[in-house]
Amino acid sequence: MTPLLEARRLVKHYREVKAVDGVSFSIPKGVCFGLLGPNGAGKTTTVEMIEGILPPTSGETLYLGSPIDERFRNDAGIMFQSTALQDYIRVNEALRLFQSFYRRTRPLEELIERCALGEFLDRDVQRLSGGQRQRLLLAIALVNDPQILFLDEPTTGLDPQSRRNFWQLVHDIKKERKTLVLTTHYMEEAYELCDEIAIMDHGHIIAQGTPRALLKKHFDNAVISLPADHVPDSLDPHPDSIHRSNGQVEILSEDINRSIRQLVEQGVSLAQMQVRSRTLEDLFLELTGHDLRG
Amino acid sequence: MGLGRFSTVLQARNREFLRDRMALSWNIVLPVLIVIGFAFAFTSDNKDIFKVGVHGQEDRNGGFLDTEHIQFIPVSDIPAAVTKVERHQLDMLMDLAEERYWINGGSAKGYVLEKLLAASELKLARQTVSGEEIRYVDWLIPGVLGMNIMFSSLFGVGYVIVRYRKNGVLKRLKATPLSAFEFLSAQVASRLWMITLVTILVYAGTNLMVGFRMNGSYVTLLLVLLAGTLSMISLGLIIAARLVNEEAANGLLNLISWPMMLLSGVWFSLEGSPEVVQHFALLLPLTHITTAARAVMIDGAGVLDIGLHLLVLMLMTVIFMTIGARSFRWE
Repeated sequence: MTPLLEARRLVKHYREVKAVDGVSFSIPKGVCFGLLGPNGAGKTTTVEMIEGILPPTSGETLYLGSPIDERFRNDAGIMFQSTALQDYIRVNEALRLFQSFYRRTRPLEELIERCALGEFLDRDVQRLSGGQRQRLLLAIALVNDPQILFLDEPTTGLDPQSRRNFWQLVHDIKKERKTLVLTTHYMEEAYELCDEIAIMDHGHIIAQGTPRALLKKHFDNAVISLPADHVPDSLDPHPDSIHRSNGQVEILSEDINRSIRQLVEQGVSLAQMQVRSRTLEDLFLELTGHDLRG
Repeated sequence: MGLGRFSTVLQARNREFLRDRMALSWNIVLPVLIVIGFAFAFTSDNKDIFKVGVHGQEDRNGGFLDTEHIQFIPVSDIPAAVTKVERHQLDMLMDLAEERYWINGGSAKGYVLEKLLAASELKLARQTVSGEEIRYVDWLIPGVLGMNIMFSSLFGVGYVIVRYRKNGVLKRLKATPLSAFEFLSAQVASRLWMITLVTILVYAGTNLMVGFRMNGSYVTLLLVLLAGTLSMISLGLIIAARLVNEEAANGLLNLISWPMMLLSGVWFSLEGSPEVVQHFALLLPLTHITTAARAVMIDGAGVLDIGLHLLVLMLMTVIFMTIGARSFRWE
């Protein structure tokens, strides 16, 4: 079956800088595809090439098997990382303006309700809060009832509450079997929303798969962390991996039961002990050797 | 071309213009203030000197040309000088070759000069003309209207579209089925419509406050202003086509508009300036707007009289618009 969207060996060079260096992937219909990576990894450049906004240096993007054209622009909903609307336009006017561009549209009342815009329909868009603004931009991206929806770092800069609200909106959209392309540098967001992820660094995809499969493939261990002063300098037998930092000791364990038994036998206090699974954050560190936000 | 898209973009742009109170008031208040300012500055006619145009051999003047406190100005074009007598720009005109002189029946200075001439040994035949005085403000109004159109068109299209490009408005529009042609024609139509409204307001407002001459047809004047506005908007489109930086756009727009304002005869006549300057001025749309509007308002010129100016403005519009639209990039 033809994938909904396919990127083939996309390359973008800015003079000496290779922002994106040979990226390929395909996105089946109904999937939420996440593009992850730190700032500057090439996520936005990749997405903007797919969207037909940036011409690639080489490579191509196919939508339903054909190059990006008018049909794609009618079918795609796009929420850029930073979208400006013209000055002195009100929320309801912006919705109607964008609605007029498309042949097939969703009823505005439905979008207004879904994105909770009702309370500030007559407000100038310059005077919206961060969360309100993102909801309006999402509503605009949905105005043509898109087959494929692009969200480029949609929750960057939002407070935790607004971020959770936004995630709920995305969940609702996913229920309609829409295809989504999401870029983010929040691993938590990717884990929450994406069915499949590609991790980018320095213009390349360095890992790809479902979040669970990726974690399973790279990690067969969990992390036990304890206050450093509870743990003596030498443990017997010595664990395979132990890190000390910021007053904490982190022990990587392939067998939690055995490790805890061992700690108890050696008289280590388990007060304030935390056990957690490995996260995408850890995976990124493992794959690239540097921190995700760095 | 989708008429629906065109009209929603047009309306959105109109609203943006009308809601930007600061810019709007500048568009209306500034030209009115300029005109009122000049009207007051020139009400007390402080030309305490008599101006006499002289044509022909100056040696046979019977000593009249030695009279003090009279400025004698050599004249080559008799009909043009006669017009100046009609408008009180010359107090008297003497043609020494044909032994005649012209005087404006309604001019006090002309009366005094005529008495002086009669007292001298120079005997010339009397010719009278009539005509009301052309105040500086009458002469200035068409130029100020043209200048306002120029600034509003260049900045309203050039600067605004560059700002749209810089802050990502254009990028968002590019991601929709809206075509560049639909977008640009809506911008042009919106600006044309808004400038026409503002110009009518400014005209009415200044006329109410200082009252000026309008000897021609309003339809003809409107035609000049529409053709002029279109040519200026098209010039703005060239600036808007590629620039990404507002400051660069601002600089470039100032670089175009200020010399144009000074060299198009808005504030002072270019009659006495070097030929090079006069030729160069013909390349500027504002020269044609000002000259044609002045001809309509002061001389009552008809469409045919100013046809050449209209033609030049339309030609400029076609050229500028082609360049601007062809080189336009969303990003």
